[in-house]
Amino acid sequence: MASEAVYSHRDPMLKKRDDFEDILEERRNSSDLRYALRCYTPVLYKGMTPCKANTLKSMVLQSNQLRYVISQVSKETGRATDDVREDALAILEEMAHSLQLSTVRFFAFTLSKVFKTLFRSICVNEEGIQRLQQAIQEHPVVLLPSHRSYMDFLLMSYILYTYDLALPVIAAGMDFMGMKFVGEMLRMSGAFFIRRSFGGDKLYWSVFSEYVKTMLKNGFAPVEFFLEGTRSRTAKSLTPKLGLLNIVMDPFFKGEVYDVSVVPVSISYERILEEALYAREMLGVPKPKESTSGLFKARKVLSEDYGSIHVYFGQPVSVRSLAQGRVNRCQFNLVPRHIPGKPSEEIQNFVNDTAYRLVRAQEENMVLKPWVLLASLLLQNHHQNQTAGQERGIALDELTAQAVWLRDVSREYGAFLNWPGVMTPSEVVSSSLSLHRGLVRICEGRVQLAVEQTGTGEPHGAVTPEEELLSQAVVVLSCASYRNQALHVFIRPALLASAIHAASSNQKQEVFNSFSFLRNMFSNEFILCPGATVQDFEEACYLLVKTRALQVTQQEVLVTERGQRTLAFLTSMLDPFLQGYQVICRFLCEEVADTLTEKQFIPAVRKFIVKHLLAGRLRYTEVLSSDLQKNALAALLRLGAVRKIKGAEPGTLKVNAVMVNSLEDTLGGKLPMQKAVSARL
Amino acid sequence: MASNSGSSSSSDRQRIAQQRLRIIAGHLQRSEDGDSSSTVLLAAECKAQESQKTAGCSGEEKTVPRKRHEIMKWNGWGYSDSRFLFNKKGQAEFTGKRYRLSGMIIPGLKDWFEGTFGASLQHKTPATPVLTSSSVPPPTLNEAFVEELKSTGIPFSLEAEDRVFRAHGHCLHEIFALREGKFGRVPDMVVWPNCHNDVVKIVELACKHNVCLMPYGGGTSVSSALECPPEETRSIVSLDTSQMNRILWIDEKNLTAHVEAGIVGQDLERLLNESGYCTGHEPDSMEFSSLGGWVATRASGMKKNIYGNIEDLSQFSDGFAVVNIVRTDNFFSLSLMPKAERLHQGQPPLLQDEEPWVWSPEVTMKIRPMPEYQKYGSVVFPNFEQGVACLREVAKQRCAPASIRLMDNEQFKFGHALKPQVSSIFTSFLDGLKKFYITKFKGFDPNHLCVATLLFEGDREKVLQHEKQVYDIAAKFGGLAAGEDNGQRGYMLTFVIAYLRDLGMDYYVIGESFETSVPWDRVLDICRNVKARIVAECKDKGVQFSPLSTCRVTQTYDAGACVYFYFAFNYRGLSDPVHVYEQVEHAAREEILANGGSLSHHHGVGKLRKEWMRDTVSNVGMGMLKSVKDYVDPKNIFGNRNLL
Repeated sequence: MASEAVYSHRDPMLKKRDDFEDILEERRNSSDLRYALRCYTPVLYKGMTPCKANTLKSMVLQSNQLRYVISQVSKETGRATDDVREDALAILEEMAHSLQLSTVRFFAFTLSKVFKTLFRSICVNEEGIQRLQQAIQEHPVVLLPSHRSYMDFLLMSYILYTYDLALPVIAAGMDFMGMKFVGEMLRMSGAFFIRRSFGGDKLYWSVFSEYVKTMLKNGFAPVEFFLEGTRSRTAKSLTPKLGLLNIVMDPFFKGEVYDVSVVPVSISYERILEEALYAREMLGVPKPKESTSGLFKARKVLSEDYGSIHVYFGQPVSVRSLAQGRVNRCQFNLVPRHIPGKPSEEIQNFVNDTAYRLVRAQEENMVLKPWVLLASLLLQNHHQNQTAGQERGIALDELTAQAVWLRDVSREYGAFLNWPGVMTPSEVVSSSLSLHRGLVRICEGRVQLAVEQTGTGEPHGAVTPEEELLSQAVVVLSCASYRNQALHVFIRPALLASAIHAASSNQKQEVFNSFSFLRNMFSNEFILCPGATVQDFEEACYLLVKTRALQVTQQEVLVTERGQRTLAFLTSMLDPFLQGYQVICRFLCEEVADTLTEKQFIPAVRKFIVKHLLAGRLRYTEVLSSDLQKNALAALLRLGAVRKIKGAEPGTLKVNAVMVNSLEDTLGGKLPMQKAVSARL
Repeated sequence: MASNSGSSSSSDRQRIAQQRLRIIAGHLQRSEDGDSSSTVLLAAECKAQESQKTAGCSGEEKTVPRKRHEIMKWNGWGYSDSRFLFNKKGQAEFTGKRYRLSGMIIPGLKDWFEGTFGASLQHKTPATPVLTSSSVPPPTLNEAFVEELKSTGIPFSLEAEDRVFRAHGHCLHEIFALREGKFGRVPDMVVWPNCHNDVVKIVELACKHNVCLMPYGGGTSVSSALECPPEETRSIVSLDTSQMNRILWIDEKNLTAHVEAGIVGQDLERLLNESGYCTGHEPDSMEFSSLGGWVATRASGMKKNIYGNIEDLSQFSDGFAVVNIVRTDNFFSLSLMPKAERLHQGQPPLLQDEEPWVWSPEVTMKIRPMPEYQKYGSVVFPNFEQGVACLREVAKQRCAPASIRLMDNEQFKFGHALKPQVSSIFTSFLDGLKKFYITKFKGFDPNHLCVATLLFEGDREKVLQHEKQVYDIAAKFGGLAAGEDNGQRGYMLTFVIAYLRDLGMDYYVIGESFETSVPWDRVLDICRNVKARIVAECKDKGVQFSPLSTCRVTQTYDAGACVYFYFAFNYRGLSDPVHVYEQVEHAAREEILANGGSLSHHHGVGKLRKEWMRDTVSNVGMGMLKSVKDYVDPKNIFGNRNLL
């Protein structure tokens, strides 16, 4: 029961989803000022009254946990407790939010203006809002939105204000603090700031965790944070970070609250504001430091059309029912609860599993626009043409036909597709293409990616082949980020398709071995719940059998006639990743003599890939994505093919050439996959 | 446990078993060749019997007759003449003459009852009025045992009424089944030993003929401890101790008394009072529960702050020593847990509650001179949190009065509903004024405020001083003194609560109470979580009406407190209410354990909570308990199968 609440493997077609309501519509028809100044009286947990920021701070400072840690730190460092307490206070001052209704009203007004210019609509599932309202009254609530844009948390607060719900306090990265005025504004609208890394700082951790727990336990406000830790530049969900999730579940484990409701929220943008910015960032043009002036420069984004946003508030998940039978809460009975301790293995596993499930719950309610399907098709077409040397692009009616086919397939796979029913397919396709006119070009009735002309992003034309390649890559990566939105729908069938492709026979066991090898290889790249290989395999089989692309018997896995097309599509979807990982393995074998540092890795591998791309040995420009490169490295580290050693510099990597080589060969189909698996095991 | 391994068991094992049996019998017997003092004691015992009779304490005055059903309900709580009912006008009244509330009208009860449970006076669920002997399974007798027993002259009975009466305690499922006229396994016969030697004879015979013995004291168990194990194939003999109810001697120099274990609380107190003493042990069931039962379950009385819990009171008892090793005073060094919890957190218990091998026919216990002065009191707090903080402070300063209890808001309202009709306009005017002062003037929210009831005992001056100290602490936590009357009514509630359950059961409402002990820092958490769990589980299990889920803190210790939960719901629309009830209670106990509460504070483990024993005392603890059992009672003569 509990598992179904978060994510159900079985027939995705049967999933019932709520309808959407456009909240901008009312804004276009009534006064923004009146809206910003209207009476705002949200219902809080158990009818609590909101707590002043200062009261909250003193509650944190006086908490048993913090007092314990302060005295411990003072004993360890030999400093006076008062000094340490001063430190703690400073940390708290730096961190704490100071939510003010006036600031919220200011944002309500300005954001109304901004949103109306930028977006056609902001659609929210109102049933989800009602469920959330109920949940807030019953138990402390944690909001977990997906993170694709800076907009996300302002948007969340904006929506909650619109529906008269309690405003959340939001864990934000410290980098925002760099923006002088804006940082403070955000703080006053409910953001609290945490350092990106504070690994060993016991005091910091203690202040931080106590601050979050105090807000949560007392139900002063819903706590909001991003499970993915940071914005996903690729539109793929990121591997969840566990720290904060652990903190918000802790009060339940220790019996300090009866339950905690966790609400996954899926925010899908038809067009992401930071589209080109992300692509450049991944190509190595460093991310501009957040600054107020930078924000103003970004003004020109205001003149463009960014389509619509869909925000889906998922089913609140009870931590209690998830933990039922998995976590023995008695483990906290013998030690005073304020003494901080490392979470037990049981709890770590539970939190990890839950985090993955929650990310999948986010993914599952992501609304996919037709453009996402078009982007997938156009990308595949782009690469095929590149190698075949055919005429560039794809005929518009051919694209429409393929899109309709893909629409039906993805629906069968349970995609939450927002395909306007009132328009004809060709209208849908052309309106999508026109919204993303920066990325595609239609000439002579053929649609292609806008890679030829370099004028779109770069005012000065590229001169060197490398620069030209990079500017092409910006478009390809932007396009890939839209395709990536649909990856969670196709990833399991795609892994199976690739496994069938790679396996030397149709034997089910062999296909499974390939599948599990690939799944293992790519588990840093995609959201694949740990330890769920068999379920994922079964789910993939189920979907492909259901769409009559496969026949699965006790012993064998057979591709049907009509399945060829689906499987070809699925394999080419995964192919860039497969090739990318191979190139990175090759790089490690060929270029790294002995060791390299983590810092050197990205520039070096990028150079290597550029060389291969220019030489035509590699066709996928998207392999230039630093995200993919980092994920590949993480996978190799996890598999033990690369190890971190204590070298002269921190983060020195040592490559196990034999193993990397064999992984590369396996990925390339030169070695049977089960051998590699058993070699690893 | 007794092994019936049959052919495989070697003669060697049998020999050892025989030897152990002799040891048991030996423990029960006075040593023949002991020193002079023990012989004196033996003589004294017989004399005591004689002297009591001559002193005029005639047998007829006994509170508990052999035929209990003559004065007590066979399918409900307490005396047959005392019960709650809704009269023709729909007002609640309490019948009989025994209690302060007897014969009074309780105007508020109906509204509270209907409002809280969604119950209606139209929907009745009356109990089966009379016990039909034919539906009671016929006794399985061990003829040889019966024959030999006859020759000893110890009275016994095979009548259905007697047997049924001793087949149950007061768990909800037991009473519910009785009201429906359903009987499971009942004892096959009832014997009434009259003195220590009778017990020795019975145990010897039971060993000889392999008969299962189940001691029966007051019959107020709420842990299924009296349920006959269904798997028991031997003849089950209920050993009713009610006739062993004498105080054998009082030692005024050392302030101890030697008492037979069958005496019920009210008799013990009354008889001691006649000599100017008291035990001060007042569990809520003290009218009916027996000394032997207290010792077995490690009972706790409401005035334990002055007089201590039973293990502090009972110095040593006869037969087997019930050694005071478990709840000693220095439990802090053992763990953070108060009371039984220490034992449950890995501290191996040796002689724990309802030990299936220990039964002491006589107990020596501490006594105290009767207090010169008694005063009730009460304090209103704006909310439960403040109340708990105040109790914690009182415990910290070790200035707890004889009794201090904190009721939550629901229970405060419950207590309020039990206010009898006031006779004078003046009183009701005063009540109104009080209410106005607290809710309007002081701004207490009537839906959050809670009440602590207090009882002070001792010499007058000290009591007044003590009272001031406690009220001063209470004031620091926002408490307001709310009068003696509220306090006294609070304690009355605990004596009549069991009668009230019978009333509820007439109208589709079933309920029960259960307790735990918990460290101070978890008191609020456990109260909130367990109450919420009960509500959630009821909803989950299809209970149509919201349940009553309330708690009170009833005892304070240095490191923790005892928390008592009341839980009741309207079961209309449920096909198997008892099963639902049991599921909810089970879930509530799991919640208690998950929140750092103990398996039991004073109700005992019995059979009801056996399943959690291994988790609480560990495998080693279980092994120790088992080996003790196997050593002293290899044939499982005391076969009630509790605890293990």
